[in-house]
Amino acid sequence: MLVFIIRRILQMIPVLLGVTLVVFLIMQMVPGDPAVLLAGEGATPEKIAEVRHQLGLDKPLALQYLNYVKDVAQGDLGESIRTNRPVLSEIMTRLPVTIELAAASILITIVLGVFAGVVSATKQYTVADISLMIVALLGVSLPNFWLGLMLILYFSVKLHLFPVAGWGSFMHMVLPALTLGTSGAAIVARMTRSSMLEVIRQDYIRTARAKGVKERVIVYKHALKNALIPVVTVVGLQFGSLLGGTVLTESVFAINGLGRLIVDAIRMRDLPMVQGAVLVVSVIFVLVNLAVDIIYRSLNKRIELN
Amino acid sequence: MKLEYADVQQTSPKQTASRSKQKWNGFYRKLKRNKIALVGGAIVLFYLLVAMLAPVLAPFDPLEIHLEKKLVPPSAEHWMGTDDKGRDILSRLMYGTQLSLAVGFVSVLIGMVFGIVLGVVAGYYGKWIDTVIMRVIDVLLAFPGILLALAIISALGPSLMNVMVAVGIFSIPTFARIVRGSTLAVKKLEYVDAVRALGASDFIIIAKHILPNIMSPIIVQATLRVATAILTAAGLSFLGLGAQPPTPEWGAMLSNGRDFLFSAPHIALFPGIAISTLVLGFNLFGDGLRDALDPRMKK
Repeated sequence: MLVFIIRRILQMIPVLLGVTLVVFLIMQMVPGDPAVLLAGEGATPEKIAEVRHQLGLDKPLALQYLNYVKDVAQGDLGESIRTNRPVLSEIMTRLPVTIELAAASILITIVLGVFAGVVSATKQYTVADISLMIVALLGVSLPNFWLGLMLILYFSVKLHLFPVAGWGSFMHMVLPALTLGTSGAAIVARMTRSSMLEVIRQDYIRTARAKGVKERVIVYKHALKNALIPVVTVVGLQFGSLLGGTVLTESVFAINGLGRLIVDAIRMRDLPMVQGAVLVVSVIFVLVNLAVDIIYRSLNKRIELN
Repeated sequence: MKLEYADVQQTSPKQTASRSKQKWNGFYRKLKRNKIALVGGAIVLFYLLVAMLAPVLAPFDPLEIHLEKKLVPPSAEHWMGTDDKGRDILSRLMYGTQLSLAVGFVSVLIGMVFGIVLGVVAGYYGKWIDTVIMRVIDVLLAFPGILLALAIISALGPSLMNVMVAVGIFSIPTFARIVRGSTLAVKKLEYVDAVRALGASDFIIIAKHILPNIMSPIIVQATLRVATAILTAAGLSFLGLGAQPPTPEWGAMLSNGRDFLFSAPHIALFPGIAISTLVLGFNLFGDGLRDALDPRMKK
């Protein structure tokens, strides 16, 4: 297992380098001269040349990239054009909120998704199963930003149950987490259902039934444990769309997290901020994937044998 | 007599045609039996018709401002009400269908073309080419959700055209992976060895013998990806990074509706329903196609 973890961490390095390269190249696609942009409006050619030299933009592209990677490795993501503060410290002030939101949403994704999937599979072809799967299909198709607005309209404006926007308390968390977690829950529900249906037809479940084990114990203790193995991968993948989805959810609920920082930075053409934030979120995603792989492997001993 | 690849090609067009007809008949029968797929197909067809007939069907000009009629709730004259500039929401939604479908199709086409080329080259040639291409794909997949599309938009600037490019690039890895996997499976089959032995070039083998046999998963994926592309593009427009006002794009209309959520909720309600039903249609149809075309992929 330790060898596996070390190998996976080593495999992660080229991916992370690739991510920095893509982010670097995307920023090269920006039309116009970044030195002109950074020097500000009405800057003299001397000033522009000075900025270009300061930022190393007069050096060859490959060298610029190497310098960029060196800076990133030292935690230097540059300075925000808008606030002149280090990008990393701005990101760090916003990151905890986004992580809280993502954690609450993934919890909803897992709990709602697995529960719905199990109910559906154990009551296959009943009204409950069909309705749950229709809801799951709707869940995948709803734009989460719209769902967020509708939840605000109903639960905040009409019923006054939750605050309309902002972040800070448990009540603030409920609607954004529901908004962000629903589509993932729908996908997890569909996966859990099909996985459970496969498992509950296996011999060892029949044996457990024949031995007179209670149905609830069979479902939740014997079957679910094995059925969840493929679900782990789906949850890991969902975490990616969930992290991306924070951009929209934070915008809908006016939450000052990393997602909103990215959108504001794009609007203000604060490219170092966009570059830094996209990089940080992607690194988090790569790390989560590593964790998912490790969990998957420890759950599924058969892979190790192979 | 020495048999050449070209000779074999000339001997079998009739047989090939009848086999492919049989295959399509079987597919059509399976699809017809799948009621959920038919519902999905009907929804997609409905929106296609609305998009094509928007200039005829739309009761009002989608861009014409009537400030005296602003924020009118749904009524007999304006079935879905009007927005803050007095524009008829139903008419705007009808014209918006054209944009949503165009964004969905064009971006998926971009992703599909590049994804097929990368996937087939990786799968067919293998070795270091495969390793390089798949590592690039891994890197693109390391960007969570719409973040890659966002980064591209941030560089290219907000516009609907750039959204298509960004969402297209965002779709490349999915297609590349599926195509590579299918190519790997098909290239090991005997008939590929046979055409190679007859002297067919790599290009001919790929274009005439591998691609037609891996189209099923590609078509299924393309249908499902249109749904994702429409959702992503609407999301980007909602953030103000896609279609710009006064374009009647659904995501942008929703974003506008957010400002009047308390006073005129209908402005945000209808574009959301439109996006959800169209995306649902593509999802249902894609699921049905998967069952009919590629039963192995059935979940």
